[in-house]
Amino acid sequence: MTTNNKELVVEKIANGTVIDHIQADRVFKVVSILGLDSYEDEVLIGTNLSSKKYGKKGILKIKNKYFTQEELDKIAIIAPTATIITIKDYEIKEKKSLEIPHQIHKIVKCINPNCITNVEEIDTQFEVVGKDPLSIQCHYCEKTMQEIVFND
Amino acid sequence: MTNLKGKNLISITDYTKEDYLTVLDLAEKFEKNPNQPILNDKVVGSLFFEPSTRTRLSFETAANRLGARVIGFSNPSATSLQKGESLHDTIKMVSSYTDIIVMRHHKDGASRYASEVSPVPLINAGDGANQHPTQCMLDLYSIRKTQGTLDNLKIAMVGDLKYGRTVHSLVQAMSNFNAEFHFVSPESLAMPENVKNFATNSGLKYYEYDKLEDVVPFADIIYMTRIQKERFPDQLEYEKVKNAYIMTAATLKGCKDNMKVLHPLPRVNEIAMDVDKTPYAYYFQQAQNGMYVRQALIASILGYADKVK
Repeated sequence: MTTNNKELVVEKIANGTVIDHIQADRVFKVVSILGLDSYEDEVLIGTNLSSKKYGKKGILKIKNKYFTQEELDKIAIIAPTATIITIKDYEIKEKKSLEIPHQIHKIVKCINPNCITNVEEIDTQFEVVGKDPLSIQCHYCEKTMQEIVFND
Repeated sequence: MTNLKGKNLISITDYTKEDYLTVLDLAEKFEKNPNQPILNDKVVGSLFFEPSTRTRLSFETAANRLGARVIGFSNPSATSLQKGESLHDTIKMVSSYTDIIVMRHHKDGASRYASEVSPVPLINAGDGANQHPTQCMLDLYSIRKTQGTLDNLKIAMVGDLKYGRTVHSLVQAMSNFNAEFHFVSPESLAMPENVKNFATNSGLKYYEYDKLEDVVPFADIIYMTRIQKERFPDQLEYEKVKNAYIMTAATLKGCKDNMKVLHPLPRVNEIAMDVDKTPYAYYFQQAQNGMYVRQALIASILGYADKVK
């Protein structure tokens, strides 16, 4: 990685994923929910980079890693503006923006302590009832919540 | 008339307007003729994971008047749950013995989950602070019976509108009937935004007040609720509002002739005894109506609606 006065030059990755256009204040949250803090291959984390569209943005380059739909849903919930770029042999194979899913399965925990999902072994289910700000409703206890807590 | 055979009742929004009317019409038949042993070959599982005398007796009497047998428990401390059995396993077991399950549980969402585990239909008799749809159905029955219609009524709701699940469900159900809502509560117990939004999104109007007297002159129904001490994290807050709305016979001076006072019961002090003697008191008949509505639900969910006379 080298820098000159104008731009940051980052080594290209041969294979892996680039997550671009992450809201700057969400970068480390994305790192955390994807477990990248314990990922053993190369990860490049950029934050507070200037962006025409968002003012400031974050970017992640993760070598030799492709994400499952479940992981992409997690990213969409935390950083809905993010773009996912799939790299194979230095080529961009796919570039897609994320969409907040209509329903969220398993990955989120219900914050209602009296909800049955916090007692029995049940896969959680939520309906997305509002996208900005994100608001979800538990399929079981029917509580609506804005706070998102991921299952371990 | 809709066919409710095999259809769970977990949340009041699981049923449509037509479903409500089907149940109410059938309940009317049971009010005229309550003893109809059409379910002689059926067994009803009555699972009360938390005590509830009123609702349990109402359901079990309904089942008995239909000729069905009832198995179950009213006190989970005397069951295998004490040994740590999961809700999942209890439901698997009971559903293999019974044709329909009636269930009350202290956890929110327990009934929805149980209905997904159970191969037989399930009626929610209350899940924590979440839903109590048969209460809502009997409220609808009582409103229609006293007003002759469910359409275009002015419904006032009084007291604890924040935590009271019956008033939330009633707003959802009455949104099908072009109701106008009048919410009376202290600011700390106001109707939650999501319920008000539900009314607005259904194209209905609502108004908010802090004095009971303000709604007396025009309300068709005044739905009173108990302010529940156990809901308050801060007991000082409870002391401030506990006596906020006490209805006496004098409070009702100037009300409409057709006006009726409803209450899900039990009451504490929010309706004075002198209201009982007025022609406006309807809460005891309301509770009785619950049995007819539950008979109608059990019979139609088991597919016996056409056998009811």
